Amino acid sequence: MLLTGAEIVAEVLIEQGVDTVFGYPGGSVLNIYDALYQYSDKINHYMSAHEQGAAHAADGYARLTGKTGVVISTSGPGATNLVTGIATAYMDSVPLVAITGNVPTSLIGRDSFQEVYIAGITMPITKHNFTVRSVEELADTLRTAFKIANEGRPGPVLIDIPKDVTVNKADFEVISPVNKAPEEKRLKHLEKVADLINSSKFPVVYFGGGVRISGAEQELFELLKKAEIPATYTMMAAGVLGYGDELNMGLIGMHGSRTANLAVDNADLVLAIGTRFSDRVALNTNKFARRARIVHIDIDPSEIGKNVPADTSIIGDVKKVLTALLPMIEKANHTEWLAQINEWKQKDYRPRDDDSVLKPHQVMSAICDAAGEDAVYITDVGQHQMWAAQYIRHLKTKSFLTSGGLGTMGYGYGAAIGAAVADGGKRPIIHITGDGSFHMNMNEACTAVSYNLPVITVIMNNSVLGMVRQWQKTFYGKRYSSSEPERKTNYKAVAEGFGLTGFKCTNLAEFKEALDKALELKAPVWIECVIDREEAVLPMIPAGGSVDDMIIN
Amino acid sequence: MEKHYLSVLVANHAGVLARISSLFCQRGFNIDSLTVSATDNPEISRITIVTTGDEASFRQVRKQTEKLIETKTLFPLNLRTSLLRELLLIKLRSNNELKPKIEEIAKKYGASVIDVSVGCMVLELTGEPEKVDDFLLKIKDYEIVEMCRTGVTAMERGEVTYLLGV
Repeated sequence: MLLTGAEIVAEVLIEQGVDTVFGYPGGSVLNIYDALYQYSDKINHYMSAHEQGAAHAADGYARLTGKTGVVISTSGPGATNLVTGIATAYMDSVPLVAITGNVPTSLIGRDSFQEVYIAGITMPITKHNFTVRSVEELADTLRTAFKIANEGRPGPVLIDIPKDVTVNKADFEVISPVNKAPEEKRLKHLEKVADLINSSKFPVVYFGGGVRISGAEQELFELLKKAEIPATYTMMAAGVLGYGDELNMGLIGMHGSRTANLAVDNADLVLAIGTRFSDRVALNTNKFARRARIVHIDIDPSEIGKNVPADTSIIGDVKKVLTALLPMIEKANHTEWLAQINEWKQKDYRPRDDDSVLKPHQVMSAICDAAGEDAVYITDVGQHQMWAAQYIRHLKTKSFLTSGGLGTMGYGYGAAIGAAVADGGKRPIIHITGDGSFHMNMNEACTAVSYNLPVITVIMNNSVLGMVRQWQKTFYGKRYSSSEPERKTNYKAVAEGFGLTGFKCTNLAEFKEALDKALELKAPVWIECVIDREEAVLPMIPAGGSVDDMIIN
Repeated sequence: MEKHYLSVLVANHAGVLARISSLFCQRGFNIDSLTVSATDNPEISRITIVTTGDEASFRQVRKQTEKLIETKTLFPLNLRTSLLRELLLIKLRSNNELKPKIEEIAKKYGASVIDVSVGCMVLELTGEPEKVDDFLLKIKDYEIVEMCRTGVTAMERGEVTYLLGV
């Protein structure tokens, strides 16, 4: 059938199984939005306050569901506003398709109104990007974009479509996406890795987001249990291994548990699974796992040896690798090693309770109590993010959405909106933010209100940029340069101004009460938690340090 | 720090060169020289990159370049079995007295005089990069008006397997 480019965009989205998109209209995408109007029974479009919010929403949607997030924006500023969202998705391997309009082909390159070379701008932050030159190539380009976003290590793909391409007509035929299994490559070094595991006395598994993306939670669990290997994880894998499991040593790295970092330091074998030895984990690449043989399992060959050299590696999808590895692993007990780990666990950092004020760890704990095991947690970036990573009792995979690689302040609200849209009101959606991060994108409150999305925003308000200030306190002689803005924002009033409910709490009882009310409301709510500005994220290993340099108080 | 030679076969698309150079900038890889050219297949371009770095960083260069969607295949060139060529154009200040001296050096290297104008002459030399370097040393006493060299283009001798399936 003969369709316009804009209709082809809608048709391919449907063909690819997309029923939800996020975005913001504008001149260059008027035709696409006209098609979305026409296809509104099949594609739900959620309009944000700012394109960045839409990009984060598509990202949050993708992280929660595992499906591809789709975001649409106009040319020029619409496109540049996506950049932080795309980069966030790129760093955390989130499948995202960004569709940008551009000025008509005849105006490209003339500094036309709202023209920007977004393909050039996004080259280093996308897996790939396309500029569609003619309507005939539009459908296949979109299909390829979805394929690239999903295959191997997922990531964002951008398609730039000049306005005339959305008007012009071409023949369109539906081609159902064939879920062709990728070419089976023989996994190498399985025997060698199995031998290393079977002969190890002090093994540690350090796993990351790749386990979640691959859907290998069960296989990982079986490996840990069968070979009795204690495990630590990166923030991207929170919830993959349940909180409270005896083999769970907690978070690794800069703000990880002392036990996890000591275990990696003392291990004779470190199995790194679906992870990339980032500088927040392997803070000092020369000292990281210094006594251990390192086995690296990852789908992306370029990650092997990028940051820390591996003794052995298996390149492949984590689920496939672990499935193949499991039968070769002998059942084992590491009683002595686990006893050592339990001894370390006794001495892990534990903040002191104080019900008369709001202590970050008690806030997180109270959230878990009230929201229950089913809750989805979304964070911004900074101290509150680390407290959420440390003290939320992570029990479910894909339920902790946070900007790990890029560290995007302002990620949270958009992502929470995307998660709430994806969830459709079944699970509590808890957005944990700080007053610094929240000031970046609190405008998305209007989106939550427009669509009545039950996002509960908990604002950890210490009136300062807590993480920046913590570093200044520790490493810069308490010179608090630009970290104490002394803002006078009245969150309750602003919330009401946006048309949602706001609470302000200064102690634990008030917070619990507000949270219970918020959960009952099934509507967007803000809860401001006033906390002391001296609250620090502990423990902490300074950048470039090792477990020996850990700061505990 | 070693010099490494990498041949990359890429889709002949607009922007593919920008992608490669963007990647090298992003990852902090050095480019000593880079040449792009057409091949017998109109859909494929061939890029030859010379880069300096240790073995680990060269492995990263290869893996990251391989990840680009438009990269069809890539292979490090084995220097012992490869033919490396570079073209030099050099314009030297000359006069009746200097001209024969320059021509003598040129002859030794197989460089040809391709232009003689008032006060200067242009030489062309094709050869392995070392030969070009060596030639430049030999004529360093003469005044260079301008010069350019293409960077290395290269292929391996004999039958190759890497072209299969591209």
